[in-house]
Amino acid sequence: MLIYENIRLALFSLKANKMRALLTMLGIIIGIASVIAIMTVGNSITAYVSDTMSSMGASNITVGLQQKREEEETTREGMSFGGPGRMKTATEDDYFTKEMVENYCETYADSITAISVQENVGSGQITENQLYANISLSGVSLGYFLANDLNLIEGRFFTEKETNDGKMVAIVSDKVVNNMYDGNEEKALGSIFQANINEKYYSCTIVGIYEYEESAMGFSSSSEQDITTEVYVPLKAAQSANHSSGYSQFTVVTKTGVDPDSFAESTESYFNAYYRKNNNFAPSAYSMSSMVESMTEMLSTITLAISIIAGIALLVGGIGVMNIMLVSITERTREIGTRKALGAPNSSIRLQFIVESIVICIIGGIIGIILGIIMGSVAANLMDAPATPSISSILISLTFSMFIGVFFGYHPANKAAKMDPIEALRYE
Amino acid sequence: MEKKKVIDMKGIKKRFYIGTPNELEVLKGIDIEVYEGEFVAIVGASGSGKSTLMNIIGSLDRPTEGTYFLDDVNITEAKDHQLSAIRNQKIGFVFQTYNLIAKTNALKNVEMPMLYGKVNGKQRVERAKELLTIVGMEDRLKHLPEELSGGQKQRVAIARAMANNPAIILADEPTGALDSETGRMVMDLFHKLHKEQGKTIILITHSPELAEETERIITIKDGLITGERKGSGKQC
Repeated sequence: MLIYENIRLALFSLKANKMRALLTMLGIIIGIASVIAIMTVGNSITAYVSDTMSSMGASNITVGLQQKREEEETTREGMSFGGPGRMKTATEDDYFTKEMVENYCETYADSITAISVQENVGSGQITENQLYANISLSGVSLGYFLANDLNLIEGRFFTEKETNDGKMVAIVSDKVVNNMYDGNEEKALGSIFQANINEKYYSCTIVGIYEYEESAMGFSSSSEQDITTEVYVPLKAAQSANHSSGYSQFTVVTKTGVDPDSFAESTESYFNAYYRKNNNFAPSAYSMSSMVESMTEMLSTITLAISIIAGIALLVGGIGVMNIMLVSITERTREIGTRKALGAPNSSIRLQFIVESIVICIIGGIIGIILGIIMGSVAANLMDAPATPSISSILISLTFSMFIGVFFGYHPANKAAKMDPIEALRYE
Repeated sequence: MEKKKVIDMKGIKKRFYIGTPNELEVLKGIDIEVYEGEFVAIVGASGSGKSTLMNIIGSLDRPTEGTYFLDDVNITEAKDHQLSAIRNQKIGFVFQTYNLIAKTNALKNVEMPMLYGKVNGKQRVERAKELLTIVGMEDRLKHLPEELSGGQKQRVAIARAMANNPAIILADEPTGALDSETGRMVMDLFHKLHKEQGKTIILITHSPELAEETERIITIKDGLITGERKGSGKQC
């Protein structure tokens, strides 16, 4: 009964001083909003990452080249690029050769399902009559389809013969089929198209169509018509187009039961043997799961940092609440005196002002939560990740703002409760 | 049958700044008896100790020496929370400056003492309406104090003072902030409550004319009772 009356009273006094109440709540609002926003974004990214991880295969290992630093061991964590201005470009001589990779496959045949290699030829357009489709042409090994979980909707992958011979056969996206063949997949299969890439023309025969999936991390600003999709040809075809033979990077799909992290280490040391004499580059191998790990680690660091800032905002906000409660109590000294004369026990007066402080904090908390969810959702949307506000952080925020209310409201409330009724009644 | 003693004060002394060179004896031994249904005035100039006496009568303060029984309860030895309960149940205050709670309507203001007296909601509203009707404010239930005139505010305050049906109504210069016409109205209301409801009323004032209207006049000077006589009791 008294609690309800007190909440009503608190709302009244807030309504009477709207601007003051809002300013008081600001610290709480900012603190709670930033916590909720970062939690929402963090949640979305974590959900997205683990989603991507399962689609890309957590058991994949990416092997690449890394610039050696002078007089310094290159560490795996040192994925940063050397010093500024010291960047060297890996040349054909530095690349992994076909033999290296084949030997590696033989050595670790028990652990490897497939090797995925991608050789980029370039971006360009397929044109025919008035029709066009933007594409990016790259050569891939058969393992690529396995490693990237490509969803083939029509046709087939490359045959062994096509792979070995480097024939110009292509697997295109459904977008290309939409643009060039009116979406008629039957008509598209077996058709030959001309692709213009960097002023060179390539003609390929379509053998397969895959379903294009929007890349979740990119900003897709182009219209449906202009989307650039990958066109895959056999690796050898791309290499002959590029006049290259080595691989700058490849992905290893491991067999189930193989620990990707330790296998990445053995892979790295295996290839290190080949690069001892190379002054500029060293191989590096890292697993998908370690990437995810480092990403979540980074996220939790950011979350912690923002939480600390939010904590400071909440502390300042709490002090603001205490300050305004002290002002409010001084202003209402006569009211307190009157209430005491009417028979209010000290505990009732204390309760009244603690409730008022809690109400301020909880309203601030609720506004903060709403703002935080909005900000978090906007940020998550910008990153194309689904917004997932965390229920637990909302509940924790509410409890926490209540706690701030009690903690910073207690001193002023106690001061009010201990006022001498005679003095308080006489207060001008 | 003898009438019941509502206030029984013996040898009340009140000293301030005890133990310091500034020690001040404001009340120097006061005996007062007030019987149920009486309308008594306590008169004195400022500095006479009138306010201090009122605070003690109203259980806002304890005497340094002496005994005080209010409606058979010993105030001298009561603890703080007991004093709160005594104020709530036995005393109805009427202040010079009304002291209604701001931004709270007339009805809620009258309900306030019952709220602290833990009367349930429905009874509270009923009783508050009844009291506001007695003081002639039944058509201003939802008005805020800011929307009422001085006389109206004082009538709401009088209704509030009667909320828990206290043993005494303690009115401290109730007409002090009002013009003579509204002051008259408030005084008439006290007479009405005294006659029709049989309320025990203690009026504290510095005005001899107002005091003259009551049944008994106690004059206080320099912390001592200097005179006690019958008032006219009439209502002009």
